[in-house]
Amino acid sequence: MFGSYEWNKKLVIRTVASWALALLVFFPILFMLVTSFKTELQAIAVPSLWVFEPTLENYTEVQDRSDYLHFAWNSIITSVLSTILGLLIAVPAAYSFAFAPTKRSKDIMMWMLSTKMMPAVGALIPIYVICQKLGLLDSVFALTIIFTMINLPIMVWMLYSNFKDIPREILEAARMDGATLWDEFRQVLLPLSMGGIASTGLLCLVLSWNEAFWVLNLTSANAGTLASLVASYSSPEGLFWAKLSAVSVLAIGPIVVFGWFSQKQLVQGLTFGAVK
Amino acid sequence: MKIKQLAMAVAGALTLSAASIASAETELVIATVNNGHMIEMQKLSSKFEEANPDIKLKWVTLEEGTLRQRVTTDIATKGGQFDIMTIGMYEAPIWGKKGWLKPLEFDASYDVEDILPAVRDGLSADGKLYAAPFYGESSMLMYRKDLADAAGIKFEGRPTWDQVAEAAEKMTDKDNGVYGICLRGKPGWGDNMAFLTTMANSYGAQWFDMDWKPQLTSEPWKNAITDYVDMMTKFGPPGSSANSFNEILALYNEGKCGMWIDATIAASFITDPEQSKVADKVAFAQAPQKATDKGANWLWAWSLAVPESSKKSAEAMKFIEWATSKDYIKMMGEEKGWGKVPTGTRASTYANEDFQKAAVFADAEIAAIKSANPNDSTLNESPYVGVQFAAIPEFQAIGTAVGQQMSAALAGKVSVEEALEAAQKAADREMRRAGYYE
Repeated sequence: MFGSYEWNKKLVIRTVASWALALLVFFPILFMLVTSFKTELQAIAVPSLWVFEPTLENYTEVQDRSDYLHFAWNSIITSVLSTILGLLIAVPAAYSFAFAPTKRSKDIMMWMLSTKMMPAVGALIPIYVICQKLGLLDSVFALTIIFTMINLPIMVWMLYSNFKDIPREILEAARMDGATLWDEFRQVLLPLSMGGIASTGLLCLVLSWNEAFWVLNLTSANAGTLASLVASYSSPEGLFWAKLSAVSVLAIGPIVVFGWFSQKQLVQGLTFGAVK
Repeated sequence: MKIKQLAMAVAGALTLSAASIASAETELVIATVNNGHMIEMQKLSSKFEEANPDIKLKWVTLEEGTLRQRVTTDIATKGGQFDIMTIGMYEAPIWGKKGWLKPLEFDASYDVEDILPAVRDGLSADGKLYAAPFYGESSMLMYRKDLADAAGIKFEGRPTWDQVAEAAEKMTDKDNGVYGICLRGKPGWGDNMAFLTTMANSYGAQWFDMDWKPQLTSEPWKNAITDYVDMMTKFGPPGSSANSFNEILALYNEGKCGMWIDATIAASFITDPEQSKVADKVAFAQAPQKATDKGANWLWAWSLAVPESSKKSAEAMKFIEWATSKDYIKMMGEEKGWGKVPTGTRASTYANEDFQKAAVFADAEIAAIKSANPNDSTLNESPYVGVQFAAIPEFQAIGTAVGQQMSAALAGKVSVEEALEAAQKAADREMRRAGYYE
């Protein structure tokens, strides 16, 4: 009886702590959501107002001033295409590293990961000039390629961790039964690692959707994604918090809904190899 | 089957994206900042498109810092991404001299002479105008008339810093959340250093002597920063080291500041009853002086320029002529109200009776702009042009490094002397590296 009481007490503390932490993490998003329904004057009120008459004027203003669908379309295109392209490159690479490693495989993987350690701004001018010379500034194509490249190390590492969990003997057995490399991949590896591939793809989709640095620096009038739409509502002179909140809600809305439905796969992907 | 469908969808998506790019006529891409006047210009620009059906305008709106980085990268690499850039008085003469901007030439009806001389000079290099001002600003003292009257304070013309310090003490009522003075503290060459440079100028300080040696440890700088930190610590709002224009605007509109010295553009916000709780209690005076009134208030103009890399310069000039003309200001006044027209650019705006009636700040603003002279902004002779900055390419890095030190001093993390020593070292290092002296 006493043991059960102790257990319940611990459970309550853990539950309360979890909720408190979750609310703390969620608070900025809640604040943004609430602010988006305020007037600019209400948005800057100190202390913050929590009871007020909500207005949709910020959303109307955003619609009037900006072509939301154009930016959203660019976000969808760049994130989906970069994810597909990334998977097409990362899956064979991870397969090679996991099932046919060479002496240098580990070094190559570490080198791939090390490219993520350099600040993006360090590569800005070379990439800007390359894009300019190739006529790719302000193009969806250039963004897709860059998103693919910056996500590739993470994709390869995630898939590698996933493939390493699959016993090599299963693939060998398939080969003994006369399976070609393609058969081996399609009929054995793919079904076994579908969860890992899906979660890798989902994570990269989210990362591409939220990428802002390259979008702000390489696009102007045509290829901007929702990240650039959000950036356009910040102002050094004048009130803008309510409108910025509204456009931020519109920008993160689709990916939050998407993330909500795919959270199980995302968590699985992020915790590969964590319990070894 | 699924792969085929996916491929078709991808191909369709790319075709649509390509089509949207290919269908334009003469498309002008305009990089601009997100502030009220620019947004109004975007809204009214459909009239320009109606009058010029062969020209289509595309807007890229960015936050000031991002815009500066973006257009600098583009113009330095001749990227050709923009046909019109919104730049300020810092960039225009530097980029003009480098040959990165096309000189602007307008016909007589545009009336270049109507542009305020200080603004025109600040946007020119070697006698050529490189950017046309869309709206200009100086800095001035904005104060709560009700609090000043209650404390028996009268500001006439240009007060002294001693008067301002005394007024700050009398207006402060911390129990009721009212702070005597609110000033910028957020680090950045365009943030705290814009204000602090004008304050230091008025104390007789300068950024560089005639040999380009930094002067940050000089007596006038020490006195100015000591008084600033002292006044803000005693009578300023908490957390001032993180405050810039918008943060103070929010405080002022809530009635928490007795005085505020900042951009004249703020006047239109704090006198607007829709966003300010103290709209009917505001009065204006010139920015304070100490040893001199030279450089006591800054000068800035957001302006439109055509980069050399633009292949559509004729159309770009046509748009700039439209957006910065007297007719645009008149149209704006008639459609949106004379209190909302872009100010600080043309003498004719201030001569307009409708504008004078609508803008209670008009007299103070024009007096501030007229008194600012970028070519003579320091008590002792200086080798640089600019009031709140020195128009040399190295200034952005120096100004930001110095701004961080000043912000640290305001936050109490270092003493004023330590901050100025560190700032001097940073400025000296940068100037040596750039080859101004050995």
